[in-house]
Amino acid sequence: MNNASEKSAVRVRTVDIATAVIIFSLGAIVCWDSYRLGAGWATDGPESGYFPFYIGLILCAASVINFVNALRVENQADGDASFVSIASLKMVCSVLIPTIIYVALIGGVGPIPGLGIYVASAIFVAMFMRWLGKYRWPLTLAVSVSVPIVFFLMFEIWFNVPLPKGPLEAMIGLD
Amino acid sequence: MDELNSLMHGFSVALTPMNLGFMLVGILLGVLIGVLPGLGGANGVAILLPLTFAMGSTPEGQVSAIILLSCIYWGALFGGAITSILFNIPGEPWSVATTFDGYPMAQQGKAGEALAAAFTSSFIGAFVAVVMITFLAPSVAKFALRFGPPEFFAVYLLTFCSFVGMTKSPPMKTVAAMMLGFALATVGLDTVTGQLRLTFGFTDMMKGFDFLIAVIGLFGIGEILLTLEEGLHFKGEQGKMRMKVVLETWKELPKYWKTSIRSSLIGCWMGITPGGATPASFMGYGVAKRFSPNGKNFGKGEIEGVIAPETAAHAAGTSALLPMLTLGIPGSPTAAVLLGGLLIWGLQPGPLLFEEKKDFVWGLIASMYLGNIAGLIVVLTTVPLFASILRIPFSIIAPVILVICAIGAFTVHSSMFDVWLMLLFGVVGYVFKKLDYPLAPMVLALVLGDRAEDAFRQSMLASQGSMTVFFSNSLVGTITTLALLMLFWTPLSAVIGRLRKA
Repeated sequence: MNNASEKSAVRVRTVDIATAVIIFSLGAIVCWDSYRLGAGWATDGPESGYFPFYIGLILCAASVINFVNALRVENQADGDASFVSIASLKMVCSVLIPTIIYVALIGGVGPIPGLGIYVASAIFVAMFMRWLGKYRWPLTLAVSVSVPIVFFLMFEIWFNVPLPKGPLEAMIGLD
Repeated sequence: MDELNSLMHGFSVALTPMNLGFMLVGILLGVLIGVLPGLGGANGVAILLPLTFAMGSTPEGQVSAIILLSCIYWGALFGGAITSILFNIPGEPWSVATTFDGYPMAQQGKAGEALAAAFTSSFIGAFVAVVMITFLAPSVAKFALRFGPPEFFAVYLLTFCSFVGMTKSPPMKTVAAMMLGFALATVGLDTVTGQLRLTFGFTDMMKGFDFLIAVIGLFGIGEILLTLEEGLHFKGEQGKMRMKVVLETWKELPKYWKTSIRSSLIGCWMGITPGGATPASFMGYGVAKRFSPNGKNFGKGEIEGVIAPETAAHAAGTSALLPMLTLGIPGSPTAAVLLGGLLIWGLQPGPLLFEEKKDFVWGLIASMYLGNIAGLIVVLTTVPLFASILRIPFSIIAPVILVICAIGAFTVHSSMFDVWLMLLFGVVGYVFKKLDYPLAPMVLALVLGDRAEDAFRQSMLASQGSMTVFFSNSLVGTITTLALLMLFWTPLSAVIGRLRKA
């Protein structure tokens, strides 16, 4: 996967350390909030924060060890290895970013209303096929329109599970 | 022979035309899920679980729902082998070991033999595990009736400590992943005191993190991102199944009975202890390689190298349901999702289930026999169909799978916030997988967090905060000691190894 010719975007050690720091902070937050709620013993038994407080403590302790392990000399070779190559990262982002936009399109962001899951899915599948798959428009349109229709029939009609709908469905009276 | 009577009763519950229909649909969906990258047993069942919410309101519906979901699981176990053998892409983590000899066999034009051997040994592994469940589960459940909160907490402790001692990931990464799961499980309303925990005033956080969202994100989105690194194109060998090839392979199989028995035993053991199907398949392969007279040919297309991991994986995947049903502790992420389903339908998994819901338990066990027979027939006849699905380019399949994941996440609570969470979990899953943080203990901790905490609180309440309650009688003391042994297994075995050398 990582040929010598493929440039590394980021090394394993960097991500390893970053992850340990993030998990440590999460552990600290858990401890702090549990302490706020009371991590001790009330008259009627353990308080709300009793159990999570220790979870948070262990989380912090484990991250410290993971942090140290990432820096240790004997792990140097592993740490210097590439976490992801630039080419792979580009590939991953070329899917992750459209997916984020897709989720934003379904429900909208802040005051902007969403398009509903069916229209958003059609746009998402079409864009994906056109840009990443380099398909011609006829096939792209055929797949991207039929996929939401199949899901509509399956969820709204067969299983009776309503999914988010937008202005288009309201316009043609399917809402 | 109480078990046989109960089993016969189970068959009468499971053998209705509707349940047989659900079985078939489940198997087909499961194979499809197993074949598609990014959709696996755990997240496939998680996505389809919301569709069964309505079914779970009647006792008959609960049986049908669990048959549908468990058959998806069997189907996924079978389906993983197809992609491993024909495409050298493990459709599921537990079929990685199948690629070692399965793909070379396909390259030599023996795809039919490899597939027939894989499916048949999967079936044998599962069958051994179901027989074991039939006869062992009632006794385990009866024994567990004596358990109080300290015993249950000790069993939870044992489950989680086994992960630390047994997984190949660095122990502290396992601990971190697991505790993250526990921390996420505490978010939301504390049912005992009615206080809000870790919500920081966000209303979306109040209902807590649903493990179904985590499973869909971690295993679904994360897996797709990983697959993408390899590019968008699959290359595969032709897969044809002829009856003649199947029959010839069946004639060959009895020769490898020793491997089958070894792998079945390894699988059953790894399934009951929370090792799961993936390590079981590797262990089955490794042990077979060591003991087989053809061991040195392993990796070059030896049929025994397909039989060993497939038998072990299926035996483990199936026997993971034993602790789930009897103790309420799932042995694998997929079993955890099934347990979640039981809870949503209002069933309490655990020893009482065997007393109070006989129809449900024995209907499920009977359906395991039927489902695996149906599964074997289905996969043997539909391989070309599913192989052709993999020929659809990934740039069409990937967006459709992402859409399915989004829909699946939304339907859990009809909430858009969950879809965003799913994306976040997807990125976490991708990074964790690459850094060797194990995902299974995290999911299990998220599922069991509340129950483990309840058991812990009740134990503490009874003992007025003294930890000695976990050593207060011989039963709980033994389990706790075992748990501690597992927790420190890595350093302990290192010390023992050094002492031996000296």
